[in-house]
Amino acid sequence: MTIGIVVFPGSNCDRDVRWALEGCVGLPTRFLWHEERDLSGLDAVVIPGGFSYGDYLRCGAIARFAPVLESVRLFAEAGGAVLGICNGFQVLTEMGLLPGALTRNARLHFLCEPTPLSVNPGNCRWLKGYSEAEAIVLPIAHGEGRYQCESEQLAELEANGQVVLRYACNPNGSVGDVAGLTNTGGNVLGLMPHPERACDPLTGGLDGLRLLASLSN
Amino acid sequence: MLDPAGEATRAAAARLGVDGVRSLRIGKAIELELEAPDKTTAQGQLELLSDRLFANPVIENWQLELLEKAGEQQQ
Repeated sequence: MTIGIVVFPGSNCDRDVRWALEGCVGLPTRFLWHEERDLSGLDAVVIPGGFSYGDYLRCGAIARFAPVLESVRLFAEAGGAVLGICNGFQVLTEMGLLPGALTRNARLHFLCEPTPLSVNPGNCRWLKGYSEAEAIVLPIAHGEGRYQCESEQLAELEANGQVVLRYACNPNGSVGDVAGLTNTGGNVLGLMPHPERACDPLTGGLDGLRLLASLSN
Repeated sequence: MLDPAGEATRAAAARLGVDGVRSLRIGKAIELELEAPDKTTAQGQLELLSDRLFANPVIENWQLELLEKAGEQQQ
C-alpha cells in the first residue's frame, strides 16, 4: 500500500503528512508534483495543507486546474480514497468533489489552536477507526475555514450523514459547525483540522493517528 | 452571506466619524485584455471565465458589463 501526497507550489504540510504516514503509521508514500498525472500504484491520495499557488484569487481556485488533480478527480470518481486537509479541503470544494465553499473566518483571525471535535464516521473510509459521536481534539490552523453552503444543501448533507466532523465550540462561524465532510461514497474526506499534527503524543496528541491509519487496517 | 472584512471596514468608517454606512461589502474587480474575433465570442469567453475561474458561484455573485469605448461604433 502506497499513499500519494500532492505537492503544489505553496504546499507546506506535505512533509508533515509524509512524516505522519511513514514515521507514525508505517505506510510508504510518494510525492505527486502538481504537473504529474500518473497515479499508478497508489492506494490513496492526500491533498495536504498550505497555500497552493499562494492562495491567489481564492484558496484552491488555481489548484483546481492542476494536471495532477485531473487524475485525482478520476481516481476519486472510481472510488479511490482521497483526503483533503485544510487547503486540501478548500481544493476539494473548488473541484466540486465536495459541495459548498470555505470562506474567511467570521472574526477574521487566523486560528491556530487545538479544537474539540465530534466524529460521526458514517460510511467514511477514513474514519473507520472512530466510534459514533466520539469526542476528539485536533489542531486547526487556518484563516479561511468558515464552511458555507445553502441551507437546503446543508440539510441534505445532514440527512445523508456526510457531516462527519463537527466543531464542539465553533471557532470560525461554519454553518452547521461543519469541520469535515465526506462524499456520498464515503471515499473522499475533506477537513479543516490537521490529523497529521496529532499523531505523536510529543507534538499534539494521538487523535489524528487512527484517521491516517484507517486505510491500512 | 457574512462578509467579515466588509463588517470590520464598516465599523472603521464609524470610527472615522462617518455614520450611516448601513452596509459595506468588499469584492474584487478584475481587469483583463482579451483578444476575440467579435463581441459575442468575447462575451461568451468572459462569462466562462467569470463563472468557472474568477468567481465561485457558491459564495460569490458576479456581473459583467461591456463598456463601449467613446467614439467606437457598436458592432
